[in-house]
Amino acid sequence: MQQSRLKRVLILLAGWCVALLLFFPILWMVLTSFKTEIAAISTPPLLFFRPTLSAYAAVQAQSNYLHFALNSIVISVGGTVVALLLSIPAAYAMAFHPTRRTRGTLLWMLSTKMLPPVGVLVPIYLLFKTSGLLDTRIGLLGIYALMNLPITVWMLFTFFREMPHDILEAGRMDGAGTWGEVWHLLLPLTMPGVASTGLLSLILCWNEAFWSLNVTSVNAAPLTAFIASFSSPEGLFFAKLSAASTMAVAPILVFGWFSQRQLVRGLTFGAVK
Amino acid sequence: MATLSLRGVRKSYLAGTETIKGIDLDVADREFVVFVGPSGCGKSTLLRMIAGLEDITAGDLLIDGTRVNDVDPASRGLAMVFQSYALYPHMTVADNMGFALKLAGRPKAERDAKVAEAARILQLEPVLTQRPRSLSGGQRQRVAIGRAIVRQPRVFLFDEPLSNLDAALRGQMRVELLRLHEELAATMIYVTHDQVEAMTMADKIVVLHAGRVEQVGSPMELYNHPANLFVAGFIGSPRMNLLPGTVGAAAPGGTVPVTLAGGVTVSVRPAQVLAPGSSVTLGIRPEALRQAADGPFSGAALLVERLGGMTLVHVTLESGETLVAQADGNDPIRAHDVIRLAVDPSVCHLFAANGLVLSQAEPPQAKPGDLHDLDAMPSLARA
Repeated sequence: MQQSRLKRVLILLAGWCVALLLFFPILWMVLTSFKTEIAAISTPPLLFFRPTLSAYAAVQAQSNYLHFALNSIVISVGGTVVALLLSIPAAYAMAFHPTRRTRGTLLWMLSTKMLPPVGVLVPIYLLFKTSGLLDTRIGLLGIYALMNLPITVWMLFTFFREMPHDILEAGRMDGAGTWGEVWHLLLPLTMPGVASTGLLSLILCWNEAFWSLNVTSVNAAPLTAFIASFSSPEGLFFAKLSAASTMAVAPILVFGWFSQRQLVRGLTFGAVK
Repeated sequence: MATLSLRGVRKSYLAGTETIKGIDLDVADREFVVFVGPSGCGKSTLLRMIAGLEDITAGDLLIDGTRVNDVDPASRGLAMVFQSYALYPHMTVADNMGFALKLAGRPKAERDAKVAEAARILQLEPVLTQRPRSLSGGQRQRVAIGRAIVRQPRVFLFDEPLSNLDAALRGQMRVELLRLHEELAATMIYVTHDQVEAMTMADKIVVLHAGRVEQVGSPMELYNHPANLFVAGFIGSPRMNLLPGTVGAAAPGGTVPVTLAGGVTVSVRPAQVLAPGSSVTLGIRPEALRQAADGPFSGAALLVERLGGMTLVHVTLESGETLVAQADGNDPIRAHDVIRLAVDPSVCHLFAANGLVLSQAEPPQAKPGDLHDLDAMPSLARA
């Protein structure tokens, strides 16, 4: 009894340590954003200081946060919607009408995620340049949608496969066509799975930096580009950088907090049943 | 009016391997037809082909004389009740039942009226606003039936609808389904692996085995005149006793002795000439065996099953085979008692080595025009 209580306390402590370790960079970022530039680089680092909003003021004076935030919202939400619109029919076909090649197709889709994005940077840059998609929201939205497609198709496929076939067949007997089946039966019944797939896609889009930095500059630049613009050749201004980062991640953090139940379900899909 | 015909219907999932091997069948208007067979015999596949959920590889499916092979499921005018009920979990009972009408774009007033009528028939009125998960198994079953009724289909299809219910409820639902069949005057096709359900419910039983029809007929026809060993063993509970034997030389008067293992001889009167020495199987229903001091079968009662109204006695014969005999409910027999059993040879069934029935010259209860007309026998083999 005594032994097991000690064990529980130790596990609890270890858990807290890991959580703090993971959370610490974000905490430190938020703390630093409320410091002056001098305080931000002082050694030893200051844990207690007089908080100031000067870094935020400086960031907002230097660039328009709302412009970047709006780009992030449009591109992430748009990319996610497009990805879902493409992957729902794809996953439906693979889950309910599998062929001998379904498995291979799924693995092939996943394998495209194994190629580092930089491997296709030059061709995509040239394509974008020729077609006038550079620094456009629609261009980045397209990349994000396609980039997440393997993940969304896989996740939706997994959720759809858990759906009893009988229910869809009953729908077919009742006169629902393919779209009727998907709209009236499949989507309502797998909504938690579709929602967590959408959430994951949204977060991946929001945090994506490679493509946003390489194919946008001003007009379509999302918040990741906004953060990067504060690492300047004149040196790093940690307070400003932290303020910009805090402002960039705040919306998705709040969003993630409210939807964490869906997220956990989505991220551990297949693991627990 | 709703009739349904199958003409040489075949199904193969992979080229070269057939699941359904050519089925011809006619279902008359208002008939209650039961497909019965062991699991894997293709009965559910056949039903799903009729429903339109599986493609028909070859042959024709006719509903009211029209070929519907390529008509989509909803337009065939059939309704299906699934083994798992397949209710829509996110809809209320009323919405479940009205879903087909909603998809068909019928006005709400009409939908509500039809749902209310089905709910009345099935006594589902109190649960119309509930979701399926809050219902009991029996209620879910009735909602699934209600969903079918509301569509006013030409033919009802049931895929083992009672197999998820407990025994008491199953018996009750059986009666309810029969009442429904009466009330709706509908054509129904019902799939089950349970021969008791088949016997009690069917106007016509179709016995399927390995993708083929073994025999089609009314329950009592199948019971009294099984066409082959498979049907003989499958229909009837407890099973028919099947004893291998050898034909002896014909005696004057047309009787032929069949010698069973252990030396017991039963004299039968086959309608055709049997070659002496050929192997046959003698089939004896448990109720045809009676205890008699001079009976030819003797053995010890291995097990006595008392069912109240009757008692089933499992007897181990001296030859080592086990017979099941039906005795009176109050029969004083106890396990390990040694008894003798007699049988009337004229009620025995005789099967050739290939499994087909060999009719007897004067079968009991034979009617003119009976299916088992002597001349009709060979063609009945794999009808």
